[in-house]
Amino acid sequence: CFAPFLCLRPPQIRVKPDRTGVVTDGVKHSMNPFCEIAVEEAVKLKEKKLVKEVVAVSCGPQQVQETIRTALAMGADRGIHVEVSGKDYETLGPLQVSKIFAALAKKEQADLIILGKQAIDDDCNQTGQMTAALLDWPTLAFSSEDVTLEADKLKVVREIDGGLETIKINLPAVVTADLRLNTPRYATLPNIMKAKKKKITNVKPADLGVDVSSRLEVLKVDEPPQRQSGVKVETVHDLVEKLKEAGRI
Amino acid sequence: MFPACRYSLQARRCVGALKAVQAEHVAPQVCSTRSSSSTLSRITTHYSVYPRDKDPRWEGVEMERFADEADVVIVGGGPAGLSAAIRLKQLASQHEKELRVCVVEKASQIGAHTLSGACLEPTALSELIPDWKERGAPLNTPVTEDKFSILTEKYRIPVPILPGLPMNNHGNYLVRLGHFVRWLGEQAEELGVELYPGYAASEVLFHEDGSVKGIATNDVGIAKDGSPKDVFERGMELHAKVTLFGEGCHGHLAKQLYKQFNLRGNCEPQTYAIGLKELWVIDEKKWCPGRTEHSVGWPLNRNTYGGSFLYHLNEGEPLVALGFVVGLDYTNPYLSPFREFQRWKHHPSIMSTLEGGNRIAYGARALNEGGFQSIPKLTFPGGMLIGCSPGFMNVPKIKGTHTAMKSGMLAAESAFSKITDENLQSETAGLYIPEYEEAFKKSWIWKELYSVRNIRPSFHNYFGLYGGMVYTGIFYWILRGKEPWTLKHNGLDADQLKPAKDCTPIEYPKPDGKISFDLLSSVALSGTNHDVPVAQNLAIYDVFLLHLEIETQSFSCVYEYVPLETGDGMRLQINAQNCVHCKTCDIKDPSQNINWVVPEGSGGPAYNGM
Repeated sequence: CFAPFLCLRPPQIRVKPDRTGVVTDGVKHSMNPFCEIAVEEAVKLKEKKLVKEVVAVSCGPQQVQETIRTALAMGADRGIHVEVSGKDYETLGPLQVSKIFAALAKKEQADLIILGKQAIDDDCNQTGQMTAALLDWPTLAFSSEDVTLEADKLKVVREIDGGLETIKINLPAVVTADLRLNTPRYATLPNIMKAKKKKITNVKPADLGVDVSSRLEVLKVDEPPQRQSGVKVETVHDLVEKLKEAGRI
Repeated sequence: MFPACRYSLQARRCVGALKAVQAEHVAPQVCSTRSSSSTLSRITTHYSVYPRDKDPRWEGVEMERFADEADVVIVGGGPAGLSAAIRLKQLASQHEKELRVCVVEKASQIGAHTLSGACLEPTALSELIPDWKERGAPLNTPVTEDKFSILTEKYRIPVPILPGLPMNNHGNYLVRLGHFVRWLGEQAEELGVELYPGYAASEVLFHEDGSVKGIATNDVGIAKDGSPKDVFERGMELHAKVTLFGEGCHGHLAKQLYKQFNLRGNCEPQTYAIGLKELWVIDEKKWCPGRTEHSVGWPLNRNTYGGSFLYHLNEGEPLVALGFVVGLDYTNPYLSPFREFQRWKHHPSIMSTLEGGNRIAYGARALNEGGFQSIPKLTFPGGMLIGCSPGFMNVPKIKGTHTAMKSGMLAAESAFSKITDENLQSETAGLYIPEYEEAFKKSWIWKELYSVRNIRPSFHNYFGLYGGMVYTGIFYWILRGKEPWTLKHNGLDADQLKPAKDCTPIEYPKPDGKISFDLLSSVALSGTNHDVPVAQNLAIYDVFLLHLEIETQSFSCVYEYVPLETGDGMRLQINAQNCVHCKTCDIKDPSQNINWVVPEGSGGPAYNGM
């Protein structure tokens, strides 16, 4: 079981006039690129017959169903839509999502959770790790080469600062996908049409016993400061003068 | 972005030298020089110019396509296409029949490639969905104030808008057309229409008897050099009893169909204009929701057709939609419609509104101006043309949405009766529906376009703009277009440019970064994105025939002359990933050498409520 996120696709993000967040109305929402890679990996595992069923999960309002359909078109078997909307959705963060995933994993008796390493709207890089902690499962983050099963242990190569690390972990486990894991296939139109027949179940967080209220309050959202234009100087002498003028030296 | 005039001399020498070698600009057979210059060869990799069956990289690649059947396939999810889809489903449920309607749309979501002023006349909408208000249609700004003026460099001369003149906007609504189209899409989905945004129709399919069988969507997974990648997948075929083509102004499939079925044999060539638009959040004190302002005159001279619009929208924040339209029959190759737009914003009456405000969006799209004289044959075996694709814009009113929607509805009604007729004996495998054209000629679109048919061509006189206004005053306002003659247009827009040596270069002021901007930052605001390695939506037949002023023909910095790495001379660089799909280069190129084709689906601008 794994989870693509609904997230904002750049560019052209504007801060809302009341400074509480960014404008999301009308902006195209699509699957988080890292989660797309996760979906692709899961589908590949199924094609290699290493897993029996792939379930796509996403949390959010009605539009999330489109993202789940894309995952179904790529090859997932069924989908679960965890309905979170309105104010709850705006404050939904990694902690709440990982609680939801942990509850779902227990309910569906999943053996493997694959997700993207981070979402490109908040860049938190927390959900995978938190989910594993809540379940007390091993995590394998930043996987960058094919995930394989070797005598019912999961073997994965992951990217670390110093190079590549190969690890074997016990199942059940959580794996997060990094950029070079694979190239996701396109969700072609015939597959989108077939995906309309695949099932998506709706669940509410309350049904899973999860409280989605946030412990964080956003005080202010601002645009990054405008970059000041630079000044070209002719000689080193001028440079020193300018630096002195600005009080830097 | 290099200002076209500064580099024009060097680039001109370069192209001139090549032209001296080549005899005359015609067929690509005269291309002994093609192999000699490596910097100028292979500027396109599209399969319509380099066919795949001769390309060794495509050997052994599976080219079989999955096919599916629908009753009606509609190309284009804009006002015309969606109105047709909605009407079909309404009729189906009324008559208790099952009908499969599929709409394919190249934008990633419905409304993302929609751009218009826009001032909507709600006539067609009220016919289609009478309870649009209860259903939450985003028509939030009724027109409260209507102003028309002639601008000079410093002053504004108001022109009274007498009732009966086409630019009278009483009863109309200022809308963000992208949001309106999105709402139409929701209405369509509720009725059971299958909407497929992100999938572009790239090919028309034909039965053996020559009638239209349906369309094929684009292949995905092609690298920039034209070779197949690992994730290559063939597009899908959608077959239908009848296919409606609603691709908007200058659609690329429609272009093929005109040739295939000789649909333009009895009408004048279509003429166009380019519309550039920006959305600004302005100072609240200057905001008057419902105010509609139009202007003509400065900065264009009296012989260049064009004008501006500025609409104050009532959508929560102090938003104005403003833009500039320039007729594409302009003759001076130094003219840059984008720079005219930026210059216009510095007029005192406009600056006073924009000062202290913030630009939040930019976009561009060609629109048609041919009107009545340029309407082609609308139906052919297996298909019909709807909306701005054949072109039903009422030019003096600057409105085409209501006529596009009505044409979609008429097409749907005629198609429905034919498809559900159990005793139908069709001569061709694809249904031929001449009833659409008959219904069209009896409808209010025809009457409306007929009455304003002479206004745009009346500009082709020595006094230009002023002659046209006098003509409009006499013949339209007093006589309502009943004069017995029909004026002609001047021919193809592509033929109108005069040689650069016969024209004066125009000195444009530099953008100041607060009111006026340069092209690159504007493109960034349009949200345009194509997968860089796969952007290849410009099939250029013969690179030697590309002219200089092409830099000004793209409103998103697609064509650029950049210095050669060797240092001397320039070469043409095509930044196809910047394309905002406005179609102007295909329209205006003097040698008609550029053929716009769809990129992989869901690329292009990401307009939000433009």
